[in-house]
Amino acid sequence: MYALKAKAYDLRQDVLDIIVSGGGGHIGGDMSCMEIMLTLYSRMNITPETQNDPDRDRFVLSKGHCVETLYAVLADRGFLDIEEVKAKFSRFGSEYIGHPHNTLPGIEMNSGSLGHGLSVCVGMALAGRMDGRKYRVYTLMGDGELAEGSVWEALMAAGHYRLDNLCAVVDRNHLQISGNTEDVMGHHDLHARFAAFDWHVIDVADGNDADQLNAAFDEAERTKGRPTIIIADTVKGKGSALMENKASWHHHLPNAEEYEIISRELKERKEALLHE
Amino acid sequence: MNKIPNRAEMCEVLKEAAAKDRDVVVLCSDSRGSGSMTSFAEQFPEQFVEVGIAEQDLVGIAAGLASCGKKAFAVSPASFISTRSYEQCKVDCAYSNTNVKLIGISGGISYGALGMSHHSAQDIAAMSAIPGMRVYLPSDRHQTRKLFEALLQDRQTAYIRVGRNPVEDVYEEGNVPFEMNRATVLREGADVLLVACGEMVKPVQEAAERLSWEGISAAVLDMYCVKPLDREGLLKAAKGKKLVVTAEEHAPFGGLGSMVAQVISAEDPKRVINLALPDAPVITGTSKEVFAYYGLTGEGIAETVRKALEG
Repeated sequence: MYALKAKAYDLRQDVLDIIVSGGGGHIGGDMSCMEIMLTLYSRMNITPETQNDPDRDRFVLSKGHCVETLYAVLADRGFLDIEEVKAKFSRFGSEYIGHPHNTLPGIEMNSGSLGHGLSVCVGMALAGRMDGRKYRVYTLMGDGELAEGSVWEALMAAGHYRLDNLCAVVDRNHLQISGNTEDVMGHHDLHARFAAFDWHVIDVADGNDADQLNAAFDEAERTKGRPTIIIADTVKGKGSALMENKASWHHHLPNAEEYEIISRELKERKEALLHE
Repeated sequence: MNKIPNRAEMCEVLKEAAAKDRDVVVLCSDSRGSGSMTSFAEQFPEQFVEVGIAEQDLVGIAAGLASCGKKAFAVSPASFISTRSYEQCKVDCAYSNTNVKLIGISGGISYGALGMSHHSAQDIAAMSAIPGMRVYLPSDRHQTRKLFEALLQDRQTAYIRVGRNPVEDVYEEGNVPFEMNRATVLREGADVLLVACGEMVKPVQEAAERLSWEGISAAVLDMYCVKPLDREGLLKAAKGKKLVVTAEEHAPFGGLGSMVAQVISAEDPKRVINLALPDAPVITGTSKEVFAYYGLTGEGIAETVRKALEG
């Protein structure tokens, strides 16, 4: 597991490079959800060779503004060329835009507007059931995104249809663009809310810990008769004290000095993993 | 008078397709009754998805199904599917390029006295403005059948508006000229061109007949394909005419009239009159009463033509 944990810091550097190269991006959320996406892709039954296989696992990034992390992870899995992403991101005429686009390899659906991903995944999970296929369907949502009413429509449908081939993850970093999620629109007891919609709910105390995430995904796979939602408690801006738990870093563009500080800290934290 | 509404014919075509192809899936939002889909749900329960009163979810789920190879037909009142789920239509269907057919049932002012919340007089404008979205308004049950048979063969999204009540036949059984994305010439004429879609085709046909009694020769075009508009067919039919009149069950902005005027003004400038519903909540009444009030009848349309030609 050391390799995956260390890789999370290498890919954070890629995310930083993509954002600085393109002149903007959603760095705070990118950093909080890195381990979630990396762990998922280390488990999912999908490769560049099988990306059109009807039996592949599906992933939809509902919090589409964190596409920089998706690009970094897809590049790591061989779907994209990271140097090309860095060179072209957000540039004139680029296919690497600031939200997922399914003309790119490995991306199932376009997203960006919040509250869409879970409904789409309900459809994918229903299709899998209709066709008797064994694939699993995953989506990643932000905690601020949960204020969208459409999310609760989809939660209701997934519970109603007992879609145990569906697993949703909430990147619970407690911050959104205007501040603390509980101040903007309180979620109170999210666990109870999801459970009331007939979901199996798993709380992950450290959503930036790949071991804990893997255990949660194992449990989700074992859970039958209900969809599973994982509330992964993460740190927004994870990787450098400069940006951690700061709402102002939601889409802050690091300057040259900040870039150096963050890069250095990412290296130090990766080093520190060796001594854990 | 025909007793079969277009929506019922749509259901028959979808049932025939579903029997042969298990990838044909119908979704409803507590709308199987108003969508005439009850018999589909009963006969093909494995190919039917009920989402409850949740139109955003309806379209998102349809897109997810379509992305896995299903031919998804999302059926919900036109007023809701075209506005409540507008963003899902844009992002999950058109932008993501999924094979979702969005069926707006009880379109236009079909719901009559239920008021503006239930009227869809903006759907042509809204849907046409989405890149990649096609917009169709079949005029009668026979054309509805042809259209759905064609839609079952393609893999692109589209919005189809169908009315609630039976409408008089425009075409005869066994004689339904239909080419996908090509307007149908219903009548040749020398002086005026009348263009309509959906339930306005029949009144326009009647107007042409009335005008012929007075020596005015009017051509009639059934532009069921509002987007992509059949530019070629329109320009051919408009050539040499003194006047073009459009009629639609829609707000006066951004619908068939706007699109026809755009083409005519750019390619073959001449006077174009757009007949539509007002930019206001429509008066209470049945479709027939409301159309009569706003001059959207055979006689009303004929009178517009007479006045324009005199003026």
